[in-house]
Amino acid sequence: MEEIRNYTMNFGPQHPAAHGVLRLVLEMDGETVMRADPHVGLLHRGTEKLAESKPFNQSIGYMDRLDYVSMMCNEHAYVRAIEALLGIEVPERAQWIRTMFDEITRILNHLMWLGSNGLDLGAMAVFLYAFREREELMDCYEAVSGARMHAAYYRPGGVYRDLPAQMPKYRESRWHKGDDLKRMNAWREGSMLDYLEQFCADFPAKIDEYEDLLTGNRIWKQRTVDIGIVSPELARAWGMSGPMLRGSGIAWDLRKKQPYAKYAEVDFDIPVGSNGDCYDRYLVRVAEMRESNRIIQQCVKWLRANPGPVIVQNYKVAPPKREEMKDDMEALIHHFKLFSEGYSVPAGEVYAAVEAPKGEFGCYLVSDGANKPFRVKLRAPGFAHLSSMDAVVRGHMLADVVAMIGTYDVVFGEIDR
Amino acid sequence: MQPNRSGSEAMTATPSPFAQKLEATLGQRLVSLVERLGETTIEVLPENWLAVARSLRDDPALRFDVIIDVCGVDYLGYGEGEWDTSDVSSEGFSRGVEGAGPGRFRWEDRPRPAAIPRRFAVVVHLLSIEHNQRLRLRAFCTDDDLPVLPSLVEVWPGANWFEREAFDLFGIVFEGHPDLRRILTDYGFVGHAFRKDFPLIGNVEMRYDPDKRRVVYEPVSIEPRVLVPRTLRGDSRYEQANAEREAGK
Repeated sequence: MEEIRNYTMNFGPQHPAAHGVLRLVLEMDGETVMRADPHVGLLHRGTEKLAESKPFNQSIGYMDRLDYVSMMCNEHAYVRAIEALLGIEVPERAQWIRTMFDEITRILNHLMWLGSNGLDLGAMAVFLYAFREREELMDCYEAVSGARMHAAYYRPGGVYRDLPAQMPKYRESRWHKGDDLKRMNAWREGSMLDYLEQFCADFPAKIDEYEDLLTGNRIWKQRTVDIGIVSPELARAWGMSGPMLRGSGIAWDLRKKQPYAKYAEVDFDIPVGSNGDCYDRYLVRVAEMRESNRIIQQCVKWLRANPGPVIVQNYKVAPPKREEMKDDMEALIHHFKLFSEGYSVPAGEVYAAVEAPKGEFGCYLVSDGANKPFRVKLRAPGFAHLSSMDAVVRGHMLADVVAMIGTYDVVFGEIDR
Repeated sequence: MQPNRSGSEAMTATPSPFAQKLEATLGQRLVSLVERLGETTIEVLPENWLAVARSLRDDPALRFDVIIDVCGVDYLGYGEGEWDTSDVSSEGFSRGVEGAGPGRFRWEDRPRPAAIPRRFAVVVHLLSIEHNQRLRLRAFCTDDDLPVLPSLVEVWPGANWFEREAFDLFGIVFEGHPDLRRILTDYGFVGHAFRKDFPLIGNVEMRYDPDKRRVVYEPVSIEPRVLVPRTLRGDSRYEQANAEREAGK
């Protein structure tokens, strides 16, 4: 009989289930994975080094491009680090807006994850359903910042501008007119908060639709139940966070344990899994979308009742108003200094973390008192998760590796930085 | 003025209960303990690195079971601005243009540091889920030419990739690491990209050569360009705040 030996297989970087540019070198014994060696770094852009050569504010745009499906959460960690070093207090309304947009971002991220993970495991339709609602929330991004994804909306000291009083509407065109147009603009008659209120009222029913497609689906369960079990010990040892940790039954959520923004004042629960398999993590993420929906509703209610400033009035950090700049010399000087030199942050170091949709996203900032950071280190949850790949998939079948990559929710923008 | 790297004033008068706990557990192995902005930073010597890590993980009063991050830092040029000038030529001031700050030089013109003491540091962020407590642990490498530190992989498996990253980008060697390969930079990359004497534009650029029908590497052709000079400003607001705190003591 012929001798059968292990062989090495390259998975990615062009494989559609590799979520971008993951190159996975797998040592296979037949269909069984004996060793997995992920090669990352194909998307390394040196964000942290680039930030060292630029004033603080100019790096906000890079933060969006780290985890490019949860943009505002990345910005949040970065601006929180700067604010902590500067010692500035963010206006209350800005904190509520941040809380709301963090949760919008969480839903955006989980919808993307749900759709693409479904696609990886052979459920085509979920992707189409998930992107329908994603589009509606992207419109909110666009309404506040002008950009659908890379918003650069959070600034040190608050957010760039207040929520729009009028939600942008679709205009009549050859393709959209009559009843069709009226239906598309039905939620858009009022402000952005009205729009979000309608969305939140509607969204739980939409989540039920996704669950109808997947939760009881026999094929879905065959692909995910008891696959990729992460024990609580393993999760802690590998520095996991977010749904990876909660799926294993550890109720750890920075929004509850170390609250930032306005999370201490909103009411929500932390969904927790029990087995730590791919199916549990799916359930956790779906439940998180429902909780996010609840948080957004509470934010909408507060924001509607309490107008106010959304960025600090400290012109050393935030620009003065345009009108003021036109007839006040002081304001003009501040504006010029802020956009040419930037502001100097007192020497020191700080670590600011947020509960990003994927887990703990942190920013370790070292300043030596200059107008540019001395060192920025971005702690990406996906990096820690992916490093446990070998420990988790050893002994699984090749098809389960795909399920595992999906359940890690990897995005290479943040892993490779 | 020698800038203080931890950017901290003297330790607060009364250490928190957590700081006292750390002092009781680590005792002589603690070089310094700083509490600032609600965060605790401790510094230890490289020879105590592993032993301290084990005590932090295993001591029931501390129980730092999750490693959040391992980060290399290169302190070359810490606290140096580019805006200061001492001479005027017939063309005017040269300030803000001639500095050798981050991103302003090519590989040939890179600053050759006269060995500054304690250039490379490794900063570890730890989290205790049980006690809901964070801690920052730092050690400076003794040798600048070959910075070495013991690996933490046996204490926290999660340190594996983070240490590979610090090795890749800063050239810090972790002794006892099972698999210390480059992780983020290209296969066959030369140098350590995040060191302060490594140019922002890099050394080589890559393109596809249709004649040779393969990817070729060439010396980088772009010019280093940084628009805003690095400026250190003592902001009067913070000076005021510090003075008031001093006066209040």
